[in-house]
Amino acid sequence: MAQMNVNPTRMELTRLKGQLATAVRGHDLMKDKRDELMRRFMDLIKKNKELREKVEVELTEALHSVLLARAVMSKEMLEEAVMYPTRRMDINIEMVNLMSVEVPSIQYKEDGSADVSMYPYGFANTSGELDSAIARLHEILPDMLELAQVEKTCQRLADEIERTRRRVNALEYIMIPQLEETIRYITMKLDENERSTLTRLMKVKEMLQERNL
Amino acid sequence: MYKVGVIGDRDSVVGFRSLGLDVFAVYNFDEAAACIDTLAKEDYAVLFVTENMAEGIENVIAKYRDKVFPIITPIPSNQGVKGIGMQDLKRNVEKAVGADILFGKEG
Repeated sequence: MAQMNVNPTRMELTRLKGQLATAVRGHDLMKDKRDELMRRFMDLIKKNKELREKVEVELTEALHSVLLARAVMSKEMLEEAVMYPTRRMDINIEMVNLMSVEVPSIQYKEDGSADVSMYPYGFANTSGELDSAIARLHEILPDMLELAQVEKTCQRLADEIERTRRRVNALEYIMIPQLEETIRYITMKLDENERSTLTRLMKVKEMLQERNL
Repeated sequence: MYKVGVIGDRDSVVGFRSLGLDVFAVYNFDEAAACIDTLAKEDYAVLFVTENMAEGIENVIAKYRDKVFPIITPIPSNQGVKGIGMQDLKRNVEKAVGADILFGKEG
């Protein structure tokens, strides 16, 4: 492992030791963060998978009913029937902080009084297939919104986990070994200097003694 | 207040209109991409895109991946499930865990 390009001085040594302590502490924290993110992610991704499977199955069925309705009604009739919905879907999204990742949380509310029928058309000109299709779609909608929320959360968590893992690895395999290596290099260099000073002094002393004799 | 949009071919999305969602019928990938770009600038927070449209505009969807809004969620069209949504999910797992642990034992 390459050591850093620094002057082997005592000051550098103190600085690097401080940096190493910070790096080690940061590494521990990052590791904890990664583990906790992962734990949450595993819970969510399972939920995500279940929800998606459910929505896919039910929505396919519902859309088949729409297709049936479309088959027995003319295109214009169908369009006209659903043209003016009796309610409006509005959602409110709050950003929730999950392990320093901003994730959306969807609250939805339907605008429109409950006693108004959810079918925006008279039954005279439409087929029964359309009624069941719309009832089905209406049932799935909350799941779909939840799926959107969970999926986005998982996506953001996955990105964050990847980033955190990179940091952990960078600290663990690059930063920390590099610092350790450099610290060892400086310590050895300083020790070496000390020894050479010592020998020089001893030599000088010897020479002085010889002259005095 | 945010709005919810549904983008896809006419026959797949027409039913959502009666639920009070904003429906945008598109006929090809270019229209779908343009539609997403326009809606993203307005206050649409959730966009459901049918899979048969989503598969052709992956780069547009990827553009909004890092952003919080809009949340783009693929849904099946009336031609059935194509597995694009599941694929995204799988990709997330692989990204986070490093291996696919949810689906099958391979890999």
